[in-house]
Amino acid sequence: MPEYQNIFTQVQVRGAPEWGMDNELNMMEERAGRPRFSNLIGWLGNAQLGPIYLGSFGVISLATGILWLNIVGFNMLAQVGWSIPEFIRQLFWLALEPPSPKYGLSMPPLNDGGWYIIASFFLLVSVMSWWVRSYELARMHRMGKHIAWAFLSAIWLFLVLGLFRPLLMGSWSEGVPYGIFPHLDWTTAFSIRYGNLYYNPFHCLSIVFLYGSVLLFAMHGATILAVSRFGGDRELEQIVDRGTAAERAALFWRWTMGFNATMEGIHRWAWWFAVLTPITGGIGILLTGTVVDNWFIWAQEHNFAPSYLGDYGYEAYVTGGN
Amino acid sequence: MLPKWYDRWIAENPKDIYGPAILIGVVGGAVLVAALLVTWGRPLPVEAVQTGPRGTGMSVTKFVADAATPDPTAAAYSTVPPVVPQIGDPRAATGVPNAEPLLADLTVANYERLVNQMRIWTGIPDLLAGEENYQTVVARRMIQMTQNLNENWSGHVNPNGNAGVNCYTCHRGQPVPSGVWFKVTPVSNATAGWAAVQNRVTPVSGSTSLPSDALEKYLLEAEVIAVHDLESRVAQNVTDGSSPTWQNAERTFSLMNYFDNALGVNCVFCHNSRAFYDVSQNTPQWALAQLAIGMVQELNNDYMVPLTEVLPPERLGAQGDVPKIGCLTCHKGYQKPMGGMDMISDWPELASSAPPVYQ
Repeated sequence: MPEYQNIFTQVQVRGAPEWGMDNELNMMEERAGRPRFSNLIGWLGNAQLGPIYLGSFGVISLATGILWLNIVGFNMLAQVGWSIPEFIRQLFWLALEPPSPKYGLSMPPLNDGGWYIIASFFLLVSVMSWWVRSYELARMHRMGKHIAWAFLSAIWLFLVLGLFRPLLMGSWSEGVPYGIFPHLDWTTAFSIRYGNLYYNPFHCLSIVFLYGSVLLFAMHGATILAVSRFGGDRELEQIVDRGTAAERAALFWRWTMGFNATMEGIHRWAWWFAVLTPITGGIGILLTGTVVDNWFIWAQEHNFAPSYLGDYGYEAYVTGGN
Repeated sequence: MLPKWYDRWIAENPKDIYGPAILIGVVGGAVLVAALLVTWGRPLPVEAVQTGPRGTGMSVTKFVADAATPDPTAAAYSTVPPVVPQIGDPRAATGVPNAEPLLADLTVANYERLVNQMRIWTGIPDLLAGEENYQTVVARRMIQMTQNLNENWSGHVNPNGNAGVNCYTCHRGQPVPSGVWFKVTPVSNATAGWAAVQNRVTPVSGSTSLPSDALEKYLLEAEVIAVHDLESRVAQNVTDGSSPTWQNAERTFSLMNYFDNALGVNCVFCHNSRAFYDVSQNTPQWALAQLAIGMVQELNNDYMVPLTEVLPPERLGAQGDVPKIGCLTCHKGYQKPMGGMDMISDWPELASSAPPVYQ
């Protein structure tokens, strides 16, 4: 079965486009777009593109999201004197910046963060509407709400960065700039300002869960692909009716490390690792500057980082270098 | 485009050529790259200079090609040994018509030696020719500045007693030294405050999106460069203008990036990256750089800014400000300007504001 030994899906099924179910919630009415097929997207996933169910919250989310993007874009364009070539050339440098610190939580002038506040408001509405949509879609399909709660964990980090922490710090200037390089500048400056964020234990936890998610994802994906020749890709059936694929996968890991997850449990592992990444990260950001102002010193005080006392041996090095 | 028989033959004889082609391409490409790396070595080899105790990651890396190339302008340096005065030698005040008053006490031989060399160093052939023009006023100020540097800032320009500075340290044969800087903020008329000082490709930001007002704030206005709290928990308010903010950290980062580029070094040349703020963990170079910050602030405020009225408009920046000094003006991208060459033994006239001592 060489078809399975490939990162691209080799089998593309074509038939009449699938419209999905209709039920008493009249989901069919709000489904939009003519379904199409694409070989290219078929390599990566389902070859059918559309239809889409936007719903009222989807429309609100798209509209406010586009408003946010346009406010950011036109602010950038204004900064380069409405020159399209300069806009393209300096795109990665440009940003819509938060207000200067002196304005605190008041409404700043439009050209010093005012547009940032307005854009942020629309982004907030957009993201929260998209979350409601993810919840509503799950409800209509009579699914669990796992996806919505997982999305909410990412939104928690987003809200900490742009809403909760600025409120606690008493200034909108603490927000993150909307720009490619500038938001990276913010990240570096934020870490340096508060004494090296790597000594923030919640940052540590977030990294653990992030890298852990990556590892679990690779292990699970590899395991299922490896036993798909025995029907292991039919994971739901294997959960309730364990077959030779599940047996082999379980044996592989039990013999490798003495422990194995189950066909169902591995998905809970993956969900929790992914969800805990932004939850712990958000806690770490929320504590920074509000509760702890220098993480390296905090870490030394709490025996989380060693204290380096005494001689660094610099006397062996020539003043002025070699 | 292709003949029909070809299309027909292809259709009748289907063969998967993409799989093997991609496989052979990937494997072959990997083998080729591996073979090139093994036989030719790293395309751009680097060497590391250790800057602290081993095992702490304290090292400055440089491309071998860069490290092996000496400063090209340093090779063009020329100097003339002093003429030890004899009793009764004529002084410039009487022996040279229209002698520069600041140097009038020198003997005629040394006056002419110094002025001639200053013309070579600065590339201004008629410098101090007797006419009282703006170049004469600037030259006078620059001589005083050089004397001040060697006399009062020897801790930075002459830490080991064998370097010092003269005109050529900055000028390198150019009337206007390279590596001077001008104010560029606000970078945009559409913004104000924090948004107006950054996110633009400028020389002073090293073409980064970091703030472009770092040199202005720290090397001219002498704002405090300290963004860390020295206790784990500190009561402060980011809106009060005195508590350090992440904006101050970003501006400091811009300044440090400028330092690094101006000297061809990295953070751990001066700092221990584990705790940037902790002086006790910093390298001796950090103390030299601290001196340099105070030195450059003084040079800009006491020597350069007062020249604003003197310089003609074409020598001023876009905002009408005088060209200002930074690390790059002397260092030119090298850790030691002129490779640490002795710039002062031949020029006692520039070593001190007191009368020169010839040996």
